[in-house]
This record gives sequence, structure tokens and C-alpha cells, in this order.
Amino acid sequence: MSVNSYYYRKLHSLLGVIPVGLFLIEHLLTNYTAFKEGQQGFVDQVQWIHSLPLVLGLEIFFIWLPLLYHAVYGLYVAYTARNNTSNFGYFRNWMFRLQRFTGVITFLFVAWHFFNTRFQVTLGHVTETTLGPLMHGIATQPVYFALYVIGVIAATFHFSNGMWSFLVSWGVTVGPRAQRVSTYVWMAVFVIMTIMFILSLTAFTDPSFQDTSNIKFK
Amino acid sequence: MAETATAAKKTVKLIVTRQDSPESKPYTEEFEIPYRPNMNVISALMEIQRNPKKADGSPTTPVCWESNCLEEVCGACSMVINGKPRQACSALIDKLEQPVRVAPMSTFPVQRDLVIDRGRMFHALKKVKAWIPIDGTYDLGPGPRMAEAKRQEAYELARCMTCGVCLEACPNVNDKTSFIGPAAISQVRLFNSHPTGEMNAHERLEALMEDGGIEGCGNSQNCVRACPKGIPLTTSIAEMNRATTKHLFKRWLGM
Ligand code: SF4
Ligand code: FES
Repeated sequence: MSVNSYYYRKLHSLLGVIPVGLFLIEHLLTNYTAFKEGQQGFVDQVQWIHSLPLVLGLEIFFIWLPLLYHAVYGLYVAYTARNNTSNFGYFRNWMFRLQRFTGVITFLFVAWHFFNTRFQVTLGHVTETTLGPLMHGIATQPVYFALYVIGVIAATFHFSNGMWSFLVSWGVTVGPRAQRVSTYVWMAVFVIMTIMFILSLTAFTDPSFQDTSNIKFK
Repeated sequence: MAETATAAKKTVKLIVTRQDSPESKPYTEEFEIPYRPNMNVISALMEIQRNPKKADGSPTTPVCWESNCLEEVCGACSMVINGKPRQACSALIDKLEQPVRVAPMSTFPVQRDLVIDRGRMFHALKKVKAWIPIDGTYDLGPGPRMAEAKRQEAYELARCMTCGVCLEACPNVNDKTSFIGPAAISQVRLFNSHPTGEMNAHERLEALMEDGGIEGCGNSQNCVRACPKGIPLTTSIAEMNRATTKHLFKRWLGM
């Protein structure tokens, strides 16, 4: 069995869901604790993640490498498309175009976001316990806040519409009706996830995230 | 509109994208021809052929195109008319916005003017073995019977005339990819659904699991909107996605 573009593309599709898509959901749920439970809840959640065994190994093999593969191969896929929505302005063709567009935006956003959060932890500029104040600093700057909003909309769209496409590409939703229902379901997911992300982002602007003086660490 | 005599004479305006040879650059020429009732794009092109003069009256070479059946069953006359790939023989002038823009389907190599080489489609059919092998050295006897419901479904798929419109509409069929295109994928579904063709189903699926095979589809779903025969192309593609996925796991598990 020679390895050809069929396998490369299928791997790209699979990794986009497992683990990258799952990680996006996990990330959303973690952030959402900032909205629901304030900084204490957020810190508890972050500390729980850091208590997982081999957390760096999990990060490398279940987030970074799959994400990198998905991103690089995805850029290639986006590059090979000849977008033609001007002549074929159909809904699905627009989604095809937006999927590639949001993929590129998400790629840029994630690179930047990784640099000003996770990478700062690696550099020792912040610790896992001061991520709250770090995010407070970012979210209270209007320009950064706007960029984050754009970034999360792109990411959740790319995930939701990507799930629609994934189900077609693996032969789960075959007929037009299944595909139509799937469109509604994933667009609802897109809206819900976007709202949750923006609520979390807004929560970080609260003054209670300014410092960690009232927080109990494990 | 003082000169009522000429103004009363209805005309048809066309803007045709032309190209003198496969290597040369395309350019456009404007034409204005006398209107007749029930004209289609082919008869308009025939009019230009009869009197090859541009709209400004200067002479030019007649426009080249291909056509055969003139009833939308052979697919030879496919071209881009007002931005949409379709058959020129069924494109009625009365139903088109003027000036009518006519261009070749440039996803394919342009030979001259509106004449294109659709050879890649026939190559694709060969690649996926879009036939049923029954030749042998002895009589194989009658084949298995086909259920009527299945036959009706297959008939839908069998109406493909290899016209190339779905490839022209697809954003992933272009010079940066080797994507085989929707038509051949749907033909795999057709031949794999046939009770005798089914016996070689794995060969066709494997052809779709090679470079430029079914993975090239990015689900823009333009093909199903563009196909003049109303072939359920996206259902065929999804169905073949399912079949290739199953085949993939079967092979991995060594079944
Ligand atoms: S599937 Fe439809 S559009 Fe594509 S080649 Fe066949 S008839 Fe033409
Ligand atoms: S001439 Fe055959 S389809 Fe138009």
C-alpha cells in the first residue's frame, strides 16, 4: 500500500477532528470556567490540567504536532483551490471558500495566541497561576480584544463547518437531506461556541482578574 | 432612433473569447448578428461563420466550436455562456442576457476559440475502469439480474455525457491539482452498483484512492448545481467516500 495524497488528505481530515477539534472544545470549556466561576474556577481548571501525567508529552503529541500537520497541509489545500464564488455564488461554494479563508486566519491567530500565552510560560515570563492576569491584560486592550474575537470566530467556524465536511468526506452524511440537517446542526454549534468563547473573553476583562491576591492555589 | 429601418431590425450582441492556437493568448471579439426567433448559441455561431465580421464591420476569421447532437446528449458543445458552463445547443438566445458572453471551458486545454480538449475525462474513465469486463475465452453465461429499483437509480448516473461542465464548475479541478473530477467518481458508483460490475468494485475504489482521486473533493458542491443532466454528483461522491473508507479499514485489518 503506497502512501499517496489520499492518505495525506485523510490524515489531515482526521487530525482536524481528533485531536485538534477535541482540543478546541476542551479549551473552550476551560475558558468558560472564567465566565461561570470567575478566576478561582479558572485557576482550579488550569491547575487540574497541569496535574495530568506527562502533560508536556500530551501537549506535544496530542496538540502541537497534529495541529502543525493540519495547519501546514491545510495551507497547501487552501493554496490549490481556485475560488469561483463570483460565477457560482451558491451557499456551499461560499462555505468552501470561507473554510479555506478561516483556516488561514485561524492559523495566524493560533500562532500569535500561542506566542503570547503558552510560549510566555515556557520563557518563564508567566506561570500557569498568573494566566488570569495575563489574559486580563490582553482582553482589556480594545485592539487585542477585537483580534481575539476575530480569531475565535474564525476558529469556531472552521471547526463547525469542518465537521460538516468531515462527515461527508468519511461517508457518514451521504444524501442531500442528511447533509442539510448536518448544516443546521453545525451552524448551531458554531453560534453556541462563538458565544461561549466571547463570554469567556469578556469575563477576563473583569477587575477580579487583575491579580491573584484572592486566589487559593493547590 | 431616427433611422427606424435599421433600429427596427433586432440584433443579437455577442462577446466571444477567442484563441488562435493552444499556446497563444486569448482575446475577445464583439459581434452583432441579425436576430431570428428561437436562436440558440450554436445558430448564432453559425451566423458568424456565414458572415465573419466583427460588430464594427471589420472582417475576422470565423469562430471555431464543436457540436454534434444539437439536443444536449453528446456534451460536445460545452462552453462558458454568461459565466456558466453549459451546452451551447440548449442555450436559447431569448433566455440569455445580452451581450451574450461566450468563452471556452478553460479548465481544459483550449485548442482554438471555443474548441477544447476533454481528453482528461476519458483518461479518468480509463483510470477508474468505468466499464464491465465480460470478455473472455468462453461463454460466461447470463449475468445476475438487477433489481428494478437499483436499475432506475443506475439509469440516473448513466446519463452522464462526459461534457465536462462539472469539472469546469469545480474549484478543485485546476492546474494546481490532479483531481480526477466529479464525473468519473459518479461513474465508479454506477459500475460498482451493477451486479456484474460489482465483481471488480475494489479495483475502481482503489483507483479513487490514488493521487488526485476522491480526496481532491473539497465539498464545494458546485458540480451538482452545474450538471445539465441533474446527476446526483454529491451523493455519488459521499457514497464513494463511504465505500473507500470501508475499503481502507478492510485493507488495514486484512479482511
Ligand atoms: S456528471 Fe453531468 S456535468 Fe459532469 S460530465 Fe457528466 S453530464 Fe456533464
Ligand atoms: S451538440 Fe451535443 S450537447 Fe450540444
